[in-house]
Amino acid sequence: MSTATMTGRATARGEARAVPTMVSGLVASTKAELLRLRKWPAVWILATVWLLLNLTFAYLFNYIAYSTGSSGFSNEGVPPSALLPDLLPAAIPSVFTGGMPMFGGAIMFILGALAAGSGYGWGTWKTALTQGPGRLSTFGGTLAAVGIAVVGVVAATLALDFAASALIAVVEGQSIAWPALGALAEAVGGGLLIFGMWAVAGVLVGVLTRSPALAVGLGLVWSLVIENLLRGVGNLLSGIEYVTDVLPGTAAGSLAGALGAGGSDDPEGAPGVLTVLDGRPAALLVAAYLVAFAVAGALLMRRRDVT
Amino acid sequence: MTNTIVVTERLTKRYGDRLAVNDVSLTVRRGEVYGFLGPNGAGKTTTLRMLLGLVRPTSGTATILGHAPGEPGATARIGALVEGPGFYPYLSGRDNLRVMARYQGVSDVAVEDALHRVDLAERGSDAFKSYSLGMKQRLGVASALLGEPDLLVLDEPTNGLDPAGMADMRKLVVDLAEQGQTVLLSSHLLAEVQEICDRVGVIAHGRLLAESTVAELRGASTLLVRAQPVEVALAASMQVAGDDAVQLTDAGIRLELSDERAPELARALVAAGADIHEIRTAERSLEDVFFEMTTDEEENR
Repeated sequence: MSTATMTGRATARGEARAVPTMVSGLVASTKAELLRLRKWPAVWILATVWLLLNLTFAYLFNYIAYSTGSSGFSNEGVPPSALLPDLLPAAIPSVFTGGMPMFGGAIMFILGALAAGSGYGWGTWKTALTQGPGRLSTFGGTLAAVGIAVVGVVAATLALDFAASALIAVVEGQSIAWPALGALAEAVGGGLLIFGMWAVAGVLVGVLTRSPALAVGLGLVWSLVIENLLRGVGNLLSGIEYVTDVLPGTAAGSLAGALGAGGSDDPEGAPGVLTVLDGRPAALLVAAYLVAFAVAGALLMRRRDVT
Repeated sequence: MTNTIVVTERLTKRYGDRLAVNDVSLTVRRGEVYGFLGPNGAGKTTTLRMLLGLVRPTSGTATILGHAPGEPGATARIGALVEGPGFYPYLSGRDNLRVMARYQGVSDVAVEDALHRVDLAERGSDAFKSYSLGMKQRLGVASALLGEPDLLVLDEPTNGLDPAGMADMRKLVVDLAEQGQTVLLSSHLLAEVQEICDRVGVIAHGRLLAESTVAELRGASTLLVRAQPVEVALAASMQVAGDDAVQLTDAGIRLELSDERAPELARALVAAGADIHEIRTAERSLEDVFFEMTTDEEENR
């Protein structure tokens, strides 16, 4: 360090911070969190991984199966020609949420868990909470920024699906028929709910464990393993299904299933896509989980000491 | 405008059986540099965390500028660096400050200014994780300075700094104090606090042992006499200063006597027939006082 250079002297009397209200604090926190999420490579890596997964499993593999005349990867026994309709723009509403309940959800969980959990190890919660906005505003800012990131990912997924399906339609010489707007809106809404729920679940577990590694690990084990095991047990033992039918993964999977994500011939064709619940109750349940996770996270954040 | 910035009353934090902070009542006045002094683990950081609203007290109250800790009215007017700088490792120093500026609602111009104030402008674009400990600490101070807070809370700001960095940090605090900035500074380095603080609070084992000015704490200066024969010198010293104000130590005879009376003492010693080798004023350092205090505390436990 060069000596005697820290003067502490402002070039002019600097800008003083104002005392924020609940709302202005929330807006300020959201802007702050958006800036640091936007510049975080981890966020871009997660988004890219999801988009690649989506492209590969929804379009690439099925298109290869179709064009080489072999059966599809997740729908054995289906004649290759039957694969094409699902690859065209008109099928986007039913294909859109196919990978979301399990793989996409897990990735969004990681996003939420990293966004909230790393702040404890880095000491950034401590720093953020001493800037002015109250605890609820600060935590709300994190939730809002993660939510905006989820909206961005869903929008990118939609754009990618459109691009891929339009390309396939052109290459295969099919006339391009666009999907019905209502069905498309339902699919996008469903995707937002599913991703939103998993991301907020990640934030909650990140706050609970105060550790990104533990939160990510627990979240993945839960969403990829435990829920499936429980559903398996639920099929054998009566009584347990009352619980397994309303688990977050079941609700998200049923929502995707109701939107037609599993494919017409096998409604549960894609991993994680289920038909346990009908569309409306599934959507309501996913929304209820989203809100409950957010409220639980906020209460924890408000009550607990930050050390 | 109120003259006290921070008032705590019997602030207490209990973790299980352990009292981390026990009945701490302290006052920080506007415009002063208040040194919060104590060994590691004495409860300094926990107290500061309670003032910032990060930790809830078990009992007792704290008021910052008329607000409870953690209320926006309090936190928005405090700039803090508590227990090491906490920043996003993947962001540059400048971007980290920009994030904090967003939280505070101040512009990016203030960020540049803060970087200049801690001499980090040139390295502002480098990732925080690539910074040396000293640079991280300086970024923490820059973040605390952002938004012109009424109260600056610096917890062990010289931690991890090299001697030049420590001198810089002291100069920074002195400069800030000259501008009228109220600073609450914690440290386990007594020499550091002695030089730059107006008042100090001494804490050990969670209890505030004393709170006063540095001068008051150090007490009146004493005189140290080396003379032979010792018995003669001791008797003469007692005649001048009184029996209770004289103490025989390894270094010589210590008298609680102001230095203005040194000539009188010298005459008495000579008249008694003692040979004087040395008479000098001996000021107690804060360190001496501190060790006396903490040893007394140990013995009373």
